[in-house]
Amino acid sequence: MSAALVSSPHGSRPNRVDRVMQEVLLALVPGVLAMIWFFGWGVLINIALAVTVAVAAEAAVMGLRRRPIGPAVGDYSAVVTAVLFAISVPPTLPWWMTLLGMLFAIVLVKQLYGGIGYNPFNPAMAAYVFLLVSYPVAMTTWLAPDMLAEHAVSFTESLRLIFAGALPSGVEWDAISAATPLDEMRGKLDQGMLIAEIRLSPLWGDFGGRGWEWVANGFLLGGVYLLWRRIITWHIPVSMLAALAVAAGAFWLLDPTTHPFPAFHLFSGAAILGAFFIATDPVSACTTKTGQLIFGASIGLLVFVIRTWGGYPDAVAFAVLLMNIAAPTIDHYTQPRVFGHTGNRANP
Amino acid sequence: MAAPQPYGSIIGDGFWNNNQALVALLGLCPLLATTTSATNGLGMGLATTAVLVLSNVTVSLIRDLVRPEVRLPVFVLVIASFVTAVELTVQAYFYELYLVLGLFIPLIVTNCAIIGRAEAFASKNRVDRALLDGIAMGLGFTLVLVVLGGMREFIGQGTLFYQANLLLGDAATGLSLSLGEGFQGALIAILPPGAFIGLGLLIALKNLIDKRVKRRASVRAAKAAPAPQSSGGVAAPAAG
Repeated sequence: MSAALVSSPHGSRPNRVDRVMQEVLLALVPGVLAMIWFFGWGVLINIALAVTVAVAAEAAVMGLRRRPIGPAVGDYSAVVTAVLFAISVPPTLPWWMTLLGMLFAIVLVKQLYGGIGYNPFNPAMAAYVFLLVSYPVAMTTWLAPDMLAEHAVSFTESLRLIFAGALPSGVEWDAISAATPLDEMRGKLDQGMLIAEIRLSPLWGDFGGRGWEWVANGFLLGGVYLLWRRIITWHIPVSMLAALAVAAGAFWLLDPTTHPFPAFHLFSGAAILGAFFIATDPVSACTTKTGQLIFGASIGLLVFVIRTWGGYPDAVAFAVLLMNIAAPTIDHYTQPRVFGHTGNRANP
Repeated sequence: MAAPQPYGSIIGDGFWNNNQALVALLGLCPLLATTTSATNGLGMGLATTAVLVLSNVTVSLIRDLVRPEVRLPVFVLVIASFVTAVELTVQAYFYELYLVLGLFIPLIVTNCAIIGRAEAFASKNRVDRALLDGIAMGLGFTLVLVVLGGMREFIGQGTLFYQANLLLGDAATGLSLSLGEGFQGALIAILPPGAFIGLGLLIALKNLIDKRVKRRASVRAAKAAPAPQSSGGVAAPAAG
């Protein structure tokens, strides 16, 4: 019998970029499945298109930079960016907007800053904001959840809608589209309606919009998986969701007739997806533990502020980008004290 | 003082090597704010050039009369007078353009490029050189404004030199180019982020060209004079 000596650490998994990215993709599956279930094949078509463009753009830029193409494409980081982007945009987005968005994300936001690990901003969210600011109408036209739509859009109809801009025959936009829960709430509140009246609409489920809350549940499941696999730590998601819930709760307690219940904020829009998958981007987020708490809480507060008083219905992308700018500064002032030193090393 | 700068080098500095927008990064406020179209960029650039030329010449003429302790306030007074004159001229003859450029014409006073040239060049050189410097720096700045304005206008709304007749008269209507009504431009190009992204890309392009030219020149120099293998204590001939 031979006993091979292996030095420590024992029983470790190789913690590599491609493994982390694969785990993230796996964790996205339940939420993506829920989206396909409620919003049809357009979600899947967008993902396929975005992934193709992102990987091609990544390979092309690495080629131009005379760097090895294989590792850059094989680390799945472009794939994760593409999937996060594709599930943030409407399932009917024209193909060329997806193309522009992914080129913007990979070429301008990621590669021009030096590629993976160097981008100060989250590429998927930067591309989302780029399109939202440039093409507000197309970016805010959402399909109605499956059970509320008068006409379910089939796979071929989705293809025609995305690539040719052609609606299914005999169907108007109104028959397949609906306001997102955040849009509906904002619009009706601006008209002076009370929460109790707004909630009478069939659009609503238990907390958020019907269908939408199941999508959020799917992403929550994926987020818990990421926590369990230790791909992310609890600091950013918990502080972000807690800050959002506390801010929303305070206003709800003050005036429950014009401020929705806190759970509405958590289970509508991109709050859950943002907390577990977007704000936790290891490149553009804070790295110190204290910093991550500040980073997450600030995103949560900004989401509430922009959703309630800002110009756009959802705010996760804007909040994440704003805090991306602040992340290096937060990191600088929250350096942990090194054992044996007294006081903060950043400001002696 | 060192020998006066040759005329060719003054022109080269203004348009390329020391371009106020791309290299010195001066005058960014009007640069970013008014370049929503090529026409606006051209108008702003020409107004700035006019002020720059006039102030450079004046500063150069009075450079021996002004005591160094008070030179900056005097320069600012000179520049402010010319800006007022240019503003009134634009208001009188190009009223639509005046409405578009608005506050940014009076703000030429605070354009660092102008006081920068007055202090760094005009106050130390003869009138002919100061005049040439004003023209070269002004037109170099204008060139960047027009290119950036054209880029943003083209990407944002699919036109080029839209409403050029405001500035150049009705004869210039033919200069306007349009991709047609169906073009869905990326609105972000016309909004402030587009200005920052566009300027960044232009600076990157300039640096890229400089790098290429330099590399080609060094390759040519190496070919023309093969590097001597045995140098020992003898100093190698200066290459370039």
